[in-house]
Amino acid sequence: MKARVTVMLKSGVLDPQGKAIGQSLNRLGFANVGDVRQGKVIEIELDETDQSRARAKLSEMCEKLLANTVIENYAIELR
Amino acid sequence: MKAAVVVFPASNCDRDVHDALKRSNGTPPAMVWHQDASLPEGLDLIVLPGGFSYGDYLRCGAMAAQSPIMRDVIDRANKGTPVLGICNGFQILCETKLLPGALMRNASLKFVSRDVNMTVEGANTMFTAGYKPGQVINIPVAHGDGNYFADNETLDRLEGEGQVAFRYVEGSNPNGAARNIAGIFNERRTILGLMPHPERHSEPLHGNTDGKAIFDSLVKALS
Repeated sequence: MKARVTVMLKSGVLDPQGKAIGQSLNRLGFANVGDVRQGKVIEIELDETDQSRARAKLSEMCEKLLANTVIENYAIELR
Repeated sequence: MKAAVVVFPASNCDRDVHDALKRSNGTPPAMVWHQDASLPEGLDLIVLPGGFSYGDYLRCGAMAAQSPIMRDVIDRANKGTPVLGICNGFQILCETKLLPGALMRNASLKFVSRDVNMTVEGANTMFTAGYKPGQVINIPVAHGDGNYFADNETLDRLEGEGQVAFRYVEGSNPNGAARNIAGIFNERRTILGLMPHPERHSEPLHGNTDGKAIFDSLVKALS
């Protein structure tokens, strides 16, 4: 099974990279660009067939390593 | 004082802090490789040095926090062994949750390497007894991720409990850190994490010795 973990800064946590990207888009003439946030995508191959077990394992990975939950949220997608 | 410095792959201030400890203490600290399972027995101080452990992959300090040696570091720290984390060491202490909060990308998005003035907020600890409360000291910073962040409740608690160790002087905050915080203690004041590098201002050849008092204070308290 393949999993995709998306890690984003929590709303309310300043994201200077997202802000810089937004400003660059504005400068390129994309005037209708609002708030921009940047995050990370981590793809993981998992030797597991049970969806709920896979989700539990991935949550544990996120809590222990993939995300810093002081500043980041994570989302898990299975495919 | 029996001290140990943990060396991670891509630590780059381990030798500097080794020399600073040796100057203040007379004897050199043990250098412990991150893959080791345990620290030497009977340690009075553990130092996590500056650098870019694991190339800052994933997040600064995130991989180092999972190094084999860190299990023993966390265990000793919880039992009260003093820990000093400088720059990357501070990031690692936050990643292991030994200290609250997180160090984020500098607000300017630029790596900052320069001397900054900071105020000693928490004197009268084993780390800072050699300073006067409110004393302004000049210490170098060199980091891309020193922007201290914690939620307002945590920041209020740190301030209320006197856990803010150092604060950048108003107007010289190099990274956007919340409430100008440069370094913090744990509740028991046995752990100090700070972004600036006291070991880089610890002997006359450095042109400034403002950082030396941290090492002298530790030797005095722990010998």
